[in-house]
Amino acid sequence: MHGFANPARFLRIARWLMPALLVPGLVMALGALAWGVAYAPPDHLMGVTVKILFIHVPCVWLGMAGWSTIAVSSVVELVWRHPLAGIAARAAAVPGAVFTALGLITGSIWGRPTWGTWWVWDGRLTSFLILLFLYFGYIALADAAQRDAAGGGGAGRIPAIFGLVGAINIPIINRSVVWWNSLHQPPSITMGRSSIDGTYLWPLLIGALGFSLIFGGVVLARMRMLLAQIQTEARLRRKALG
Amino acid sequence: MHERLDQWEFVWAALAIGVVGMLTMVGWSLFAMIRAERRRDAVRRK
Repeated sequence: MHGFANPARFLRIARWLMPALLVPGLVMALGALAWGVAYAPPDHLMGVTVKILFIHVPCVWLGMAGWSTIAVSSVVELVWRHPLAGIAARAAAVPGAVFTALGLITGSIWGRPTWGTWWVWDGRLTSFLILLFLYFGYIALADAAQRDAAGGGGAGRIPAIFGLVGAINIPIINRSVVWWNSLHQPPSITMGRSSIDGTYLWPLLIGALGFSLIFGGVVLARMRMLLAQIQTEARLRRKALG
Repeated sequence: MHERLDQWEFVWAALAIGVVGMLTMVGWSLFAMIRAERRRDAVRRK
């Protein structure tokens, strides 16, 4: 793992890996959305609004995957002091927050025709809204820690601790529909099992894979951006000092 | 009182917000990356 700790080696890999993730990801995600909208039949209860599934579910999965990435990277940063782990965690925060916000918005749009309301304060929706606020807090904290580190301070580990503590919310989101009464349906896909018909399942899985590739490509692009900012600041500081 | 909702309007709204939001994030991230790397290269050359 420490073989990838060298930023120059990471940049060499990221230069070809980023478009290799983004291009097929966009093709798969947009293709699966078109497939689902054009060919998936209306559901006998939800009607054509079932097609919102193909955008809502990947966004929700990636909202949670974003924080899982932050948590895993935070462990690697705290335990092994991997120099790129903190950068990977910071890079995952913005796409994670965007997918979380899109999951909340598309879910709310889906709720209006199926539940008769845009929003309910139940366990699933509330814990997912808390995830969005956790992202906002992490992004603000990580920005402050980077400014502190540039000034020679030692606040670099605080975002990693916050990232680990916030991970408690992920199993709460996952189990919320089992623990509490909710308008939200129980899990349709669990480990190795699905109650969704194949006509919905395949475009959903292909779309989710496409969105995941896009997420990976965006994280790599943001890691390259953060590395470039750190390198620029370091060079400007060296010049200013002497 | 019964309210008639056109379900397709909700489908198109969700898809439009999801796709535009996702594409904006991809474009913004690529733009920010290119700008940061250009600035780093310009500082190196000085």
